[in-house]
Amino acid sequence: METPVLEFSDVNYIYHTISCETDALKDISFKLDRNEFISFVGPSGCGKTTLLNLIAGLIPVSSGTIKLTGKELSGSSLNIGYMLQKDHLLEWRSIYKNLTLGLEIQGKKDAEHLAIIDDLLKTYGLDEFRNAFPRQLSGGMRQRAALIRTLALSPDILLLDEPFSALDYQTRLNVSDDIGSIIKEKEISTILVTHDLSEAISMADRVIVLSKRPGTIKEEIPIRLSIEKRTPKTSRNAPEFNTYYNQIWEAIHDENQDIT
Amino acid sequence: MKTKISPEQQKYVHNIRKKQILIRLYQLLLFVGFIILWEYTAKHGIINSFIFSCPSKLFATFLSMLKDGSLIHHIFITLYETLAGFAIVIIGSLLIATLFWWNETLSKVLEPYLVILNSLPKSALAPVLIVWLGSNKTTIIVCACSVAIFGSILNIYTGFVNVENDKLKLIKTLKGTRFQCLKLVVLPSNVPNIISVMKVNIGLCLVGVVIGEFLAAREGLGYLIIYGSQTFKMGNVLLSILILCVIAMFLYMILQKIEKKLSGYF
Repeated sequence: METPVLEFSDVNYIYHTISCETDALKDISFKLDRNEFISFVGPSGCGKTTLLNLIAGLIPVSSGTIKLTGKELSGSSLNIGYMLQKDHLLEWRSIYKNLTLGLEIQGKKDAEHLAIIDDLLKTYGLDEFRNAFPRQLSGGMRQRAALIRTLALSPDILLLDEPFSALDYQTRLNVSDDIGSIIKEKEISTILVTHDLSEAISMADRVIVLSKRPGTIKEEIPIRLSIEKRTPKTSRNAPEFNTYYNQIWEAIHDENQDIT
Repeated sequence: MKTKISPEQQKYVHNIRKKQILIRLYQLLLFVGFIILWEYTAKHGIINSFIFSCPSKLFATFLSMLKDGSLIHHIFITLYETLAGFAIVIIGSLLIATLFWWNETLSKVLEPYLVILNSLPKSALAPVLIVWLGSNKTTIIVCACSVAIFGSILNIYTGFVNVENDKLKLIKTLKGTRFQCLKLVVLPSNVPNIISVMKVNIGLCLVGVVIGEFLAAREGLGYLIIYGSQTFKMGNVLLSILILCVIAMFLYMILQKIEKKLSGYF
């Protein structure tokens, strides 16, 4: 069997403050296969963003191990792309200079990588805005620009932290379709964390439900939809969609009742 | 945008213009009225023109000092000291604020001292500076710096610390170093703040220079004021104050122009 791109084994994360320590994540174990798309859902404060920060190497695990294609996180040469809730385009840079930010930081501003950006700019109809400034773009365009900035570095793993939450419903569907198709085309293994169950189901191969704090894995639900040419938009029309929705909703609902 | 302007829009714009013109007119009237009143009361002995001088005398002093070149010389000295102090304040506080941002422990240790120094009336330092550094231009420039630099460091540092955390996270997710965080996010996002700090400091530096010149100078507008007041040359005193007003306004306006130019990007 092929080594998973990402593997969590018994990962714990404890969050320290002066007054107390809090278990944020507890005994998290899962595997992300090559080209797989996993959505994490769960009540707010269950440590979803913490999970992504761990994978991105922004914070160290308290115990347990995270492996990327069988190697320790710190020794891995895999590229990890991280999309945050907001686009965080730098207001003082033109769109094009925002897109090349990652390349500039990593010293990869060569013809090969710049060509990726040019391609993506054309695909998403942002080409005519390359010299515009972020404030001149709509929310959807800004988020697409943020996507291009992330993809310019050809990530092997893409981390999405509710990247559509700041967009209105229409735009959200369109942008998630764009991202869905590019992930398929470029064969990127992806983890999405979200509050939005429909979004989680529509994009994922597998949905993992986290419990309330301390976040543990409560349920893993593989998504199999019987439709051709699956995209995030068409997924929502699949006959199984509602069944999955109810199943996941129940899982989270249980959780909320535990609280009260 | 619509190219055809409706009569309502025309009327609206016309009214706003009218208001603006009226405000300018009132401002001018106030100034002219003040000058006329001053001249009139001095001429008719209502106020003592020996103590209060009068506009015509001021103008005569202005012309004669312009002719012998002394006025330009004093203005130049004051301007030079102010700008030198200002440059040191801005460069120094940028460097120190950066150092504080880099090393949180250092900033925590030194912050209370800075707050105390900032709230100290800096004019109290001037005599000490003269004893330490002597009666020369360096003392005056140091005096200007001492007035402005502490507040400037605190304000610039606050701006650095208040940079959106997620923007720094973005740089880190792109595998950026701490130096790149500084160069790509912290400094550029703080340009508007730095300029507003500069606008405050240019005025403070001028204050510091004048205090310094009062105590330790043989040239400059501050010297002209103190010397004039001691020898009852009130024309010199008031003229110098007037010129200080113009200099302050002029320096402030330059910074405002720069701010306007840059504001489009931020």
